[in-house]
Amino acid sequence: MIPTQFEYVAPATVQEALTALAEHGDEAKVIAGGQSLLPVLRMRLNAPEVVIDLGGIPELRGVRDDGDAIVIGAMTTHHTVLNDPLVAEHAALLARAGHELADAQIRHRGTIGGALAHADPAGDLGAPALALSAQFVITGSAGSRTVPADEFFVDLFETAIGEDELLTEIRVPKHTGWGAHYEKFVRVAHQWPIVAVAAAVRVAGGTIAEARVGLTNMGSTPLRARSVEEALVGQPATEDAVAQAAARAAEGTNPPSDLNGAADYRTHLAQVLTRRAVLAAAGA
Amino acid sequence: MTAVEDRPDTESAKEIGRDRRRKEDQRLITGRTRWTDNIALPGMLHLAMVRSPFAHARIVSIDTEAAKTADNVVAVLTGADLGDAQGVCINAWAITTEQLAPTHVPMPTDRVAFAGETVAVVVARSAAAARDAAELVDVEYDELPAALDLKKSAADEVLAHPDLGTNKSAFWKFDSEEAGTGGNVDQAIEKARGDGIVIEREYRQQRLIPAFMEPRSTVVDPTGEQITMWTATQIPHVLRFALAAGSGVPESKIRVIAPDVGGGFGGKLQQTPEEMITFAVARRLGKPVRYTETRSESLMAGHHGRDQWQKLTLSAEKDGTVTGLKVELTADLGAYVAILGGGVPVLGAFMFNAIYKFPAYQFNCQTVLTNKTWTDAYRGAGRPEATYAIERLMDELAAEVGVDPLVIREKNWITHEEFPFTTVAGLEYDSGNYEAATEKAKASFGYDELRAEQRRRREAGDRIQLGIGVSTFTEMCGLAPSRVLGSLNYGAGGWEHAGVRMLATGKVEITTGTSAHGQGHETAFSQIVADRLGVAFEDVEILHGDTQIAHKGMDTYGSRSLVVGGEALVRAADKVIEKAKPIAAHLLEASVDDIEFSAGRFGVRGTDQGLAMAEIAMAAFTAHNLPDGVEATLDSEATYDPVNFNYPHGTHLCAMEVDTETGGVLMRKYTCVDDIGTIINPMIVEGQVHGGLAQGISQALWEEAVYDDSGTLVSGSFVDYLLPTTADTISFDVHHNTTASTTNTLGTKGVGEAGTIASTPAVVNAVVDAVRHLGIHDIQMPCTPERVWRAIHDAGAGGRAETEGAAAPHFDESTGMQGTVDRTDGAQS
Ligand SMILES: Cc1cc2nc3c(=O)[nH]c(=O)nc-3n(C[C@H](O)[C@H](O)[C@H](O)COP(=O)(O)OP(=O)(O)OC[C@H]3O[C@@H](n4cnc5c(N)ncnc54)[C@H](O)[C@@H]3O)c2cc1C
Repeated sequence: MIPTQFEYVAPATVQEALTALAEHGDEAKVIAGGQSLLPVLRMRLNAPEVVIDLGGIPELRGVRDDGDAIVIGAMTTHHTVLNDPLVAEHAALLARAGHELADAQIRHRGTIGGALAHADPAGDLGAPALALSAQFVITGSAGSRTVPADEFFVDLFETAIGEDELLTEIRVPKHTGWGAHYEKFVRVAHQWPIVAVAAAVRVAGGTIAEARVGLTNMGSTPLRARSVEEALVGQPATEDAVAQAAARAAEGTNPPSDLNGAADYRTHLAQVLTRRAVLAAAGA
Repeated sequence: MTAVEDRPDTESAKEIGRDRRRKEDQRLITGRTRWTDNIALPGMLHLAMVRSPFAHARIVSIDTEAAKTADNVVAVLTGADLGDAQGVCINAWAITTEQLAPTHVPMPTDRVAFAGETVAVVVARSAAAARDAAELVDVEYDELPAALDLKKSAADEVLAHPDLGTNKSAFWKFDSEEAGTGGNVDQAIEKARGDGIVIEREYRQQRLIPAFMEPRSTVVDPTGEQITMWTATQIPHVLRFALAAGSGVPESKIRVIAPDVGGGFGGKLQQTPEEMITFAVARRLGKPVRYTETRSESLMAGHHGRDQWQKLTLSAEKDGTVTGLKVELTADLGAYVAILGGGVPVLGAFMFNAIYKFPAYQFNCQTVLTNKTWTDAYRGAGRPEATYAIERLMDELAAEVGVDPLVIREKNWITHEEFPFTTVAGLEYDSGNYEAATEKAKASFGYDELRAEQRRRREAGDRIQLGIGVSTFTEMCGLAPSRVLGSLNYGAGGWEHAGVRMLATGKVEITTGTSAHGQGHETAFSQIVADRLGVAFEDVEILHGDTQIAHKGMDTYGSRSLVVGGEALVRAADKVIEKAKPIAAHLLEASVDDIEFSAGRFGVRGTDQGLAMAEIAMAAFTAHNLPDGVEATLDSEATYDPVNFNYPHGTHLCAMEVDTETGGVLMRKYTCVDDIGTIINPMIVEGQVHGGLAQGISQALWEEAVYDDSGTLVSGSFVDYLLPTTADTISFDVHHNTTASTTNTLGTKGVGEAGTIASTPAVVNAVVDAVRHLGIHDIQMPCTPERVWRAIHDAGAGGRAETEGAAAPHFDESTGMQGTVDRTDGAQS
């Protein structure tokens, strides 16, 4: 498990990182927590000539309050995110999903930016980011642009981040007072989900006023279960009502078939897990 | 407790039975020790293997030029380059004299027979340089059709080795009528078809991978008079023999050392091609070399385990009294016949009848060659397969008769008054008490309460159903009486050797031919010696795993170290006492007949005179005043050949919750009451039981080596080959019911494999029991949520599908980069 030789660059600022990226182009790979990249390199599935380490860039770390959103630096570790009080208050769904991600060692190293940039459709953070309508701040030499979650995930392992750009921040609109639950279905604890469902709901007087539902591993990108969301609005948070809405969870999805389950099984799971996630989020 | 004089001669001072912390753990847990991979010798070179990505292919050409000229590369060698010097890997157990076995050269020159087989080796000044250069070796293959599916291969649809003309390696049969140990099974089955019950089932033992913690690693130093090999092995002694037999180098010119070894589970009971290649390269270049595999290589090319189809027919009377059992196995050998090879299913041949009084029994086994990784021993080796089959069948019989699964077992098992009992397979079980273990297990488990809850959930149609699984197992371990091995055509004996060296200062060095790789021999053996010789636990040093230090041995597997190796140790220690007696008598001016040895002290009967063991050791060392004709040493050795196998047993009860909506399963409770005879160290025993249970449960629920249609191992990393962690297992409820073994001095029985052997059927029985009322009587292992769900939704049928599909692509890196494929691990692009 020895990677091929590469040159190691450790920029101190985003600007320096962008300069290094521009210089080395597609010969370079940026490394965040390394929890996805290092296995790739060690199994020699990829062999970049230059590795640009974002670990020494302080401006990329931390969670801050920005009015109607909270802003999470791309290099903030999973551990920090899931223990952050701002996240707990305004974007609890992210913390719930973070709790379920891999194991403690990996959560201390892996970063939210790295996980989202890696864009594994089985990754645990895509669906919550999508459900919470996160905005992705992508920075290139020409400056920053903001991409909505709907447009960020392009395909399997493919995002809107350009070759010479970096993901620098994730802006999550505040969902203060929303109930949240991440229902992850696995065979062993440290596994990526076979299917998972991220649900955030705002319940007012026993009725679901608003709902956001994201699906993990039901297609080549994380997906939003919009028809479920719509069907939930105005419904009581009861098993029957929620089950009816959840029956639509697999609409428009294209789940994979692999060792852990065929597509039809995943379709079934999505419906069951959506019901459970929404009920749990609603506190029912 | 240092001076022997301080040791009060009471039961409570006994070392045997104490939960001593393990002597070896500080260095093993901190890693501050010598593993093979951290052994560095002056001028040492490093190896990387070039492996075939194809399951079956003709090697058209191997171009090593680019690799040879790469930085820091010393040599690139193929099988053709090494020629006869690469030797062969041997099969030590031809199960029949007609067994067909392809020659297994470490690096084939003309044809590869499984994906992951080595075709060339790169030697470089660093491991990284070797690996880089391995990618430059250009091998042209001409792909051949591969024999992959076991049943199709058994029908010779595609040949794994076309030259052999068939995939059928050997057919092995035991028939109780022919052996004179029982009746005619076909008659029993025919009769039952008329007036009794016949249960016919076919079970799948999926392919497993022994996932030891330390990947395999080998260092060879050819620069001394003896060629020294350090290797991560369970079997330094057997390996030395095999290396000599396979390479033609005289045994006396080879020294094998197993330094601290990080687990094995049977997976390091092998003479590996990689060891042979490392040995040959070191000899060729005259320099020390090291090879350490990657985890991918380990999963792909280290031997696999299990992989059988089991066709089973059980006959019984209407009331559930068993009358016959017929077993027809098809066992996948993989591409080559490994060191034990077909012997693994044969080890199960005597165990399908288990603890039950079958009047007629027949076992048939066909071993089959395929183009998959070769298979061999994996924890339990043959006995888990047998136990799974019979314990699943007994549950099926209970369901058919309509009684509790414990009732059907009780009706058929050997009662405690009947020991020693000769079984229909011809073995003599020495001791046990199935009734007592079961009673204890039921009480601790809360059997009746859980059955009541199960009923409630069924009646209410709960989403979560509860199932209770039973496994009243026994096994044969303590391998093995040499005469029996001889009658089975095995190429070696089953004895064990031990030596006791009494040092001048009263300290003791023990040599043992067993070779621990995590078991805790240093601790348990010290406890035995401390009691036997009356010396302090701390004063005993256990030396092992080096053919120069512990020169004689048969190593560690088959739960033999304590029951065979421990007995050798007891006998060697007893010889020390006998040797010390005349010296003590001489010094005490007493008659030898009046010398009594107790708690480390040689006393003169009827007096308060005496000398401590340490004093006699010093007297032997100075030799100033020894009786005439007495040797100036107390050192003693013993080689012990067991008279019988050893038969631990136990009752395992498992409660599983099944989520009928998702098919997800969750363990609720696991209780086991094992009879492993006298317990030397309860803590070590608990560790063995816990680990064993986890491994057996894992076969039931998680682990499976899956190949795709082209013969590539799909579950080629721990992302897809699922191993549990502590997060996935519960706190086990572990108890014992002890009946001492009558075939060894200490009364011990093996515990190394018991948990693994017993637990798999307990878990699957529980899962099936939870959904039996839905028309389900089988779910294929591992019982994945998908299989359970399909079983429920297709009324049983879907639970038996083979696992298919690709690996999950979590580490696929396709984003805008040109990928390179690592040819060194055989991954297909
Ligand atoms: C054993 C194991 C189990 C795991 N289990 C799970 C799980 O259950 N669920 C789950 O979601 N994840 C799991 N992961 C993955 C984990 O979440 C990783 O932390 C995450 O996928 C990658 O984050 P990282 O910071 O380590 O990124 P890295 O591995 O450093 O990078 C990942 C990719 O993103 C790119 N990248 C990183 N940062 C940026 C940036 N700022 N801008 C542009 N590109 C960037 C890199 O170039 C690389 O291509 C597991 C990982 C392992 C090793």
